[in-house]
Amino acid sequence: FLQLQHNNCISFCRICVITLAEAHPLLQNGKTIKSINYQISANCSRLQNKVSGKSKRGAQFLTELAPLCRISSSDGEEYTIYSCIRGRLIEVNENILSNPAILQEKPSTEGYIAVVLPKFEESKSITQGLLTQKEYEEVLLKRLNSSS
Amino acid sequence: MSSLTEKDRPIVQLLLNTGTCPRCILRFCCVGSQTLYRHPYKDLMKDLKEFLKNNQEKEDTVCSDVVDPPCKRIRLEHTEGGPGDLNHNGALQQIPSVNDGNAAMEDSAVKVCNVCLGILQEFCEVDFVKKVCQKVNSADYQFTSFVFSVSLPPQLSVRERAAWLLVKQEMGKLGLSLAKDDIVQLKEAYKWIIHPQLSEELGVPADGKSLFEVSVVFAHPETEDECRFLATACPDCFKPAKNKQSVFTRMAVIKALEKIKEEDFLKHFPCPPSSPKNLCVALEIQCNNGAVFVAGRYNKYSRNLPQTPWIIDGERKLESSVEELISEHLMAEFKADSFNFSSSGREDVDVRTLGNGRPFAIELVNPRRIRFTAEEMKGLQQTINNSSDKIQVRDLQLVTRSAIGRMKEGEEEKTKTYSALIWTDKAIQKEDIAFLDDIKELKLDQKTPLRVLHRRPLAVRCRIIHTMQSEYIDEHHFRLHLKTQAGTYIKEFVHGDFGRTKPNIGSLLNRTADILELDVESVDVDWPPTLDN
Repeated sequence: FLQLQHNNCISFCRICVITLAEAHPLLQNGKTIKSINYQISANCSRLQNKVSGKSKRGAQFLTELAPLCRISSSDGEEYTIYSCIRGRLIEVNENILSNPAILQEKPSTEGYIAVVLPKFEESKSITQGLLTQKEYEEVLLKRLNSSS
Repeated sequence: MSSLTEKDRPIVQLLLNTGTCPRCILRFCCVGSQTLYRHPYKDLMKDLKEFLKNNQEKEDTVCSDVVDPPCKRIRLEHTEGGPGDLNHNGALQQIPSVNDGNAAMEDSAVKVCNVCLGILQEFCEVDFVKKVCQKVNSADYQFTSFVFSVSLPPQLSVRERAAWLLVKQEMGKLGLSLAKDDIVQLKEAYKWIIHPQLSEELGVPADGKSLFEVSVVFAHPETEDECRFLATACPDCFKPAKNKQSVFTRMAVIKALEKIKEEDFLKHFPCPPSSPKNLCVALEIQCNNGAVFVAGRYNKYSRNLPQTPWIIDGERKLESSVEELISEHLMAEFKADSFNFSSSGREDVDVRTLGNGRPFAIELVNPRRIRFTAEEMKGLQQTINNSSDKIQVRDLQLVTRSAIGRMKEGEEEKTKTYSALIWTDKAIQKEDIAFLDDIKELKLDQKTPLRVLHRRPLAVRCRIIHTMQSEYIDEHHFRLHLKTQAGTYIKEFVHGDFGRTKPNIGSLLNRTADILELDVESVDVDWPPTLDN
């Protein structure tokens, strides 16, 4: 599943907000969220992430395939949401734990999953590796056409 | 030389013979009369010789009367170089006799002092004074007084110590003691001599508190390595060198000299100190004026102007800045080296500052011009205001350094008022926003906004919106006036920042809201004082 990464404001701002992509199954009609779990392994809970200072010391470091959370829907499916971005985990959205509805109602704003800060040296290359809205829509279109 | 007495005799003789200049001799004899040091070098030398001669003659007569024939004998036998002499000077180095000393004294006008390395010789002369004043005058500073600061090579402290030990030992023979603190400090004596000359040439008084500093750095490359032995004797006094600077700083050397034992010192350093071939050199003569501070309030009318220059990777992203537009003219008028701009808070690039404006202060570093009348400041204000329509300044005035503190306290403590143009996704009617006017002291929890999170620590800020006043525009727009606590992020209060500022306008209205325009209406700090603009 594709994730649409969301760079806040201007390209050199560097903060990335991870949200569910438009086409994600969880955002399609009929899906209800049963639970959201930030405990991704026995030793690692994203909720325990603590950062300090300007340089965000102590943050859990994420690679592209690092899981952020697992979401179960009421129809028995489980989805793992991956970071897709290398960088320091700044925060995960605890609001969706108390109010899972916003994940589906406002996936691109209040229903965000996590905030990640890539390394300064990597920020440009990461931005370049992302798709624009237009490019994303083209990919979706291609996918639709190929499956039909 | 009335300041010198009998007990000074052996010291004077000893120091003169070992290559010490008259003024240093006076210092070690604890002569505190400033005027004496100001006498011309040749006169001082002559007087010292006279002093010794008189005593010599006296000694002759005394010797002939008193049972102390060795005096005469020694003198004669030294000239003959006979063996088995009573060496008058005990265990120290073989010292040339008085007569030889006389010959040496003839040349001592050119002989560089083995203690001050020429500081109290050449560098008290009119030529050097003229050189300094020439530098000062060509630098074209405005000043009403000066402070003259001198940086001496560290080995002077070492030589001073050696000379003191020498004199101490000599005095010990007479049953006298000489405390280090009784000796006149070299720097002090130097200032006694050079201040009046500089003062006369520059036409202003010397004043320790002056903001105008003339500084000279002296070095003596020939003896640079003389401090090295201290590093082996007291290694913990010398920290590893930062950058390329020498480890042997004056402070470190003085500290080591305090620690080192006399015996160890004498083992490693010649006593008396050797006579150098060359004088010190004056490495640099520099002038510096203390910073002046200009304060005022600025208005910002552009939505495309950063407060400080916006430069990424050497590329300027937006033209100019508030600080440059204001400082440019001040730098030119005050002829300063650089400036430091600070203000009571700041606004984003796209935010205007209206009303009375925001207090700011500029530190002008090393200004050549420092005196400006109120009229001139007004003129300067006008010049700045005429040069740009993006910013305007008012209440431009000179202030003291302490005033900066007042301005900064405004940043953290004082309220601000804003005007925000707000858009909503779902339609609104007048009634839907009226309730905002009734909300007082609304508490917000604001997580560090995403737009600044890359350069600020993650934290939650509690801030208060004191009052609000809404102005309905149409179904999707209204204007909101707010009065808030210092440090409140207004934009985030409007759009919610991904739900990380709670409550926010969106949550209060149960809609999605965004901010289209923001203006600062007032910064409620009553500093700097309002002038008749």
